Amino acid sequence: MTKKKEQVQIISQVQLAEGIFSMWICTEAAKTAKPGQFLSMYTNDGTKLLPRPISICEIDREGGALRVVYRVTGENTGTEQFSRMKAGESLFIVGPLGNGFPLEEAKGKKAFLMGGGIGVPPILELAKEMDCGKKQIIAGYRDRQTFLREEFEKNGELFISTEDGSVGVKGNVLDAVRELGLEADIIFACGPTPMLRAIKQYAEEKGITCYISLEERMACGIGACLGCVCKTKEKDAHSNVNNKRICKDGPVFLSTEVEI
Amino acid sequence: MDMKVNIAGVEWKNPVTVASGTFGSGEEFSDFVDLNRLGAVTTKGVANVPWSGNPTPRVAEVYGGMMNAIGLQNPGIELFCQRDIPYLKQFDTKIIVNVCGHAPEEYLAVVERLADEPIDMMEINISCPNVNAGFLAFGQDAGHVEELTAQIKKIAKQPVIMKLTPNVTDITEIAKAAEAGGADAISLINTLTGMKIDINRRTFALANKTGGVSGPAVHPIAVRMVYQAAQAVNIPIIGMGGIATAEDAIEMILAGASAVSVGTANFHDPAVTLKVIDGIEKYMEKQGFETVKDMVGAVR
Repeated sequence: MTKKKEQVQIISQVQLAEGIFSMWICTEAAKTAKPGQFLSMYTNDGTKLLPRPISICEIDREGGALRVVYRVTGENTGTEQFSRMKAGESLFIVGPLGNGFPLEEAKGKKAFLMGGGIGVPPILELAKEMDCGKKQIIAGYRDRQTFLREEFEKNGELFISTEDGSVGVKGNVLDAVRELGLEADIIFACGPTPMLRAIKQYAEEKGITCYISLEERMACGIGACLGCVCKTKEKDAHSNVNNKRICKDGPVFLSTEVEI
Repeated sequence: MDMKVNIAGVEWKNPVTVASGTFGSGEEFSDFVDLNRLGAVTTKGVANVPWSGNPTPRVAEVYGGMMNAIGLQNPGIELFCQRDIPYLKQFDTKIIVNVCGHAPEEYLAVVERLADEPIDMMEINISCPNVNAGFLAFGQDAGHVEELTAQIKKIAKQPVIMKLTPNVTDITEIAKAAEAGGADAISLINTLTGMKIDINRRTFALANKTGGVSGPAVHPIAVRMVYQAAQAVNIPIIGMGGIATAEDAIEMILAGASAVSVGTANFHDPAVTLKVIDGIEKYMEKQGFETVKDMVGAVR
């Protein structure tokens, strides 16, 4: 058997912004992880059975460590339990899971790396590993709490949008693109569905290749339960209907193949 | 000590299978579980034609369990026979194909298509709470259950397991109806119909509004129903409902199940089935049981 649920130790945990936490864990998953993949993270609370799918923010392959940056979704939630854990404590994970971003597609191209809200973290490892002609990172935040900003600045040209206009362009990532007159031949994006829907439409209007990372409620995380499907334009060869599994066939999809 | 069990003439190497829908076609779990170790693999429900299933969200977590309303998305029996059965045939385990439908003729079409396939048993899902065809009532009506069972038995070439819903007043009435219709075995329980409301979005957690509750939270209900059914019928029972540990499985066997299915717990630990098998073996050794059969219904 090649995969298993793994007990991992927390190396560090810090709060980056209101409700946003950063955790480094020591894990075998670091060896094979790719940007855009995710982990199924389990709480140590026996009443919470299902894993939380959390995107990978940074990979330290040599050090055997992964970083996740996640949002606490509410009181008494699994993510709140994660946020209370400290260095030295352990939890269980399965991963890395999903397909990840196709980095090779960006070679020599002008790229947009777009993240919105809690879709910002997976863009960091993508930015670190991407070898492209022009690396334009566009990060969308709610307000001045622009977490991961320094790391992004080291790994590309950073543009920021905020909903309240406190930093960068007021509005969303596409408002930043339009106001700053940015251009690209390929897009990689992760964020809330309305943002991805708008980016998909923008890319299709401009005729640009666009990869989007989707999110949905999951149960198994490995393609068995069919809980986290998205609609597809064409009939999917595996499901034999117009559905793909976000956990297994995604979470990254070519924007033209999915209907969101 | 002997872990083998005989379910309606089919010998399993141990009494543990997986609950339909929680294990895909087996392939999805094969990185985590050596399928050769399972008594049987029970596949995700399959219909005569492909089904797209329900809108998302299809799953939600609840205290001690989860809810789902997948809506029986499946690739249809043709692709299933071409792809999933040959895949499972590579392993030394029994194959139980779960069959679903909206109406008797749809079930019968699948059963007929399976006649010459190299599968070991079929399980008829007359109890999914998430398919809107006014057909759920079917599994809740003893007369209908007996009638459908008899129709299926007329054409089935493999032993037939009828999978019962717990959403009934008297489980023994439905169990007896399946037996009267000629079922070779019954399995229970399917999920209990529930509802979860997202108080922040002020809407239903599942797009389908209602869904099937499963997981450890439902285990005592399942044990009670397996016990009641075991008192009412003479055909073997495959017990399921919230089994997450070997202890849970043993409870179910002592209550009257000849074999057990592990379901939702597969999502908590993809390799849990192996722990359940090992744990049953250890218990038998410790308690001096020579065969699994000696344990079945030992608590009266």
